[in-house]
Amino acid sequence: MNGPVEERRQHYLNVNYGLKSWLLTIDHKRIAWLYLVGVTFFFFVGGLFATLIRMELLTPQGDLVQAETYNKLFTMHGVTMIFFFLIPSIPAVLGNFLIPLMIGARDLAFPRLNLASWYIYILGGVFTLAAAAAGGVDTGWTFYTPYSSIYSNTHVALTVIGIFITGFSSILTGLNFIVTIHTMRAPGMTWFRLPLFVWAHYATSIIFILGTPVIAITLALVAFERLFGLGIFNPELGGDPLLFQHLFWFYSHPAVYIMILPGMGVISELIACFSRKRVFGYDFVAFSSLAIAVLGFLVWGHHMFVSGQSVYASMIFSLLSMLVAIPSAIKVFNWTATLYKGSISFDAPMIYALGFIGLFTIGGLTGLFLATLGVDIHVHDTYFVIAHFHYIMVGSAVMAYLGGIHFWWPKMTGRKYSEPLARLAAVIIFLGFNLTFFPQFVLGYLGMPRRYHVYPPEFQVLNVMSTAGASILAVGYVLPLAYLIWSLRYGVVAGMNPWKAKGLEWETASPPPTDNFDVTPIVVHEAYAYGEAESQAVYPTGKPANV
Amino acid sequence: MSSGHIISVKLYLAIFGALLVMTLATAGAAFIDLGGNLNTSLAMLIAACKALLVILFFMHVRYSSRLTWVFVAAGFFWLMILLALTLADVLSRRWLPTLLL
Amino acid sequence: MSDSSIVHAHQFDDAEQQHEASWLGMWVFLATEVMFFGGMFLGYTIYRSTYPAAFADASNHLDIWLGTINTAVLIGSSFTMALAVRSAQLGARKPLVLFLILTLVLGALFLGIKFTEYYAKIEEHLVPGSNFSFAGPLGRAAEIFFSFYFAMTGMHALHMIIGLALLTAMIVKAGRGRFSSVYNTPVELVGLYWHFVDIVWIFLFPLLYLVGRHLQ
Repeated sequence: MNGPVEERRQHYLNVNYGLKSWLLTIDHKRIAWLYLVGVTFFFFVGGLFATLIRMELLTPQGDLVQAETYNKLFTMHGVTMIFFFLIPSIPAVLGNFLIPLMIGARDLAFPRLNLASWYIYILGGVFTLAAAAAGGVDTGWTFYTPYSSIYSNTHVALTVIGIFITGFSSILTGLNFIVTIHTMRAPGMTWFRLPLFVWAHYATSIIFILGTPVIAITLALVAFERLFGLGIFNPELGGDPLLFQHLFWFYSHPAVYIMILPGMGVISELIACFSRKRVFGYDFVAFSSLAIAVLGFLVWGHHMFVSGQSVYASMIFSLLSMLVAIPSAIKVFNWTATLYKGSISFDAPMIYALGFIGLFTIGGLTGLFLATLGVDIHVHDTYFVIAHFHYIMVGSAVMAYLGGIHFWWPKMTGRKYSEPLARLAAVIIFLGFNLTFFPQFVLGYLGMPRRYHVYPPEFQVLNVMSTAGASILAVGYVLPLAYLIWSLRYGVVAGMNPWKAKGLEWETASPPPTDNFDVTPIVVHEAYAYGEAESQAVYPTGKPANV
Repeated sequence: MSSGHIISVKLYLAIFGALLVMTLATAGAAFIDLGGNLNTSLAMLIAACKALLVILFFMHVRYSSRLTWVFVAAGFFWLMILLALTLADVLSRRWLPTLLL
Repeated sequence: MSDSSIVHAHQFDDAEQQHEASWLGMWVFLATEVMFFGGMFLGYTIYRSTYPAAFADASNHLDIWLGTINTAVLIGSSFTMALAVRSAQLGARKPLVLFLILTLVLGALFLGIKFTEYYAKIEEHLVPGSNFSFAGPLGRAAEIFFSFYFAMTGMHALHMIIGLALLTAMIVKAGRGRFSSVYNTPVELVGLYWHFVDIVWIFLFPLLYLVGRHLQ
């Protein structure tokens, strides 16, 4: 058993030093840090674009930037945030770090593929940043043809190649997770003893594997059309713009479940720990994750209700979209039931988790409004849609990410962060978020279109509120950057299990040794055995794990 | 997981022979007008049979674990989802009579 | 039949776990490939159902002899690949190397024939773009057909080239005696990849070459 950290105890951070030991590492925990640096960088790049957008929208006139520039801003904001922050964030940082620990393994199944996936992510990012530096793209992150394939004069090919490359990063991560979870669970770690975080990432990996290749080929075809004249989407030849949209949304709708499922996995862990209770309805939550992954592939046409899609297909997609809300709702009910009669504490991770439950409910319900054919005719392409998805992507996914970073920070670093500052930041983020995005529901319902840099003067008050909220949100995001980095050097040393949480990751040192466990655990209990004294596993003496 | 089962040369040869025969059959049948969409359906049926033989025997799936079968099936099943729901749109677009003449 | 003395990577408990993980990993990868090519099959299906006459007419401009021969060549290479894996399972080094080389040769032959076809298409002005020329009112949709022809066979050819590189690596390793009856996973996995590329062609052949032969 490891007590307070001795100065000379070897762990994954101090086992060797130097740039090469980081850039050539195959340790999943170090790779998680590589991703953490990457996603943090892209988060602030995307935030920069958002800042310029919100500044332009302070006034009804287009007086900060030209129309073409504004188009580039919202395009780059979307591309950066979705492909380079939201999709990798929780899986590649927290998933990479935690999954081997949570299942009692020494690493993922394919450590070198894991490192390769980070380099691929960076290479894709370089391509996309190069496109931004060269003047950007103005098609919207949705790249609808034929504007993107023929008529746009911006750097479409370079950008889509960057996204294409980064897609392989996702695919390799998903492949690694699926194989690892199937084949490398510790003895006694049956599927139904796994933490729900692992279930969530398994479901996410299904989407990585089956969805990402479709966006890859779709963007490749756009690039082929721009570079080689292969006119698959060319209307002059009889090409169908809707073909692009079907192919694009076949991935991009499940992609939103890639962005939220891992967050839901984080929330299950946080709610259980900070209620000191096992998650209510574990089986339901586990199966709901799978259901969301599967059903999420059947609803993509709800992005195309006004595109010219057949009304019969639209009806089918609308109905299926209603269905996919059910497993999400089941999770919300189960988390709430977990809270009931729990012993609640309001540490920073819990503030993020509670905020998630409320904001995800709003985001999810407004998604149902959008799935209703008649309502969507009215609010499609308005700020209502923007508010809906930001409630999920920012109000839920980003908050789950921050909650998870805070929760596992002591495990990853061996240090505690400043709890009062963290709680303050969480509250600032929650308030700033709502001030930014709630007015946008109203704006959208009143008819303000999205992707416009000018708007009628009667919308200004709500826009000013939104921009004010965004500036508060920005403060909230900078605070953790500051105090978390500060804690690396000056934070209180954390013990093995500062939250007294349940889970195999809390039964090894903080930070863990390179091979995670000194001895392979043998799992004997269910997950989340809060209220019981024993840990989930026993640790036999004898042959160490890595011989 | 593959079982390590070793298939005889004879069986491989038989599969190879069957694949060649089916290739010639599909090429030959293409010249015969079977009416309607039957040519396409037949060609796809033959192709599916060929693919099945390659998967089951050359790729050893016949002797593999059920988990392998699930992964194989999942890939093709997901492709069917893409095709089916998209075609549901494309093929039904003109069903509703329009008022434009 | 796991032998604890067989070397395995440190993250695995034994060689059997490593083999199972590698096998599953390759199948997961192949599932991604199904979806990758699948996107193009979707596009093809939609346009063929929208422009059946143009697709039939355009397809008849492809050389059915070369297409059929190429199909046989590729199936032959799958046969030799299967025999190579079998040799590896039996620990028979010389036959393993021989069958791998045969697979490589047949694969290269396939590509040679393919590029001959491409060259002919260039000369016939059937490559989409400014040089494209197809007589008759079906010309526009025919250009879509040829866009798919080049995109799909081109992507397939790219996968073949990667396969040839993998085969070369396997030949070198096999020649050096790196594989045995207890360790031959890389050969097995390259085999899976090669067979998959064959299956893609099994579907491409009728869809591209045999659309309108009965109308000729």
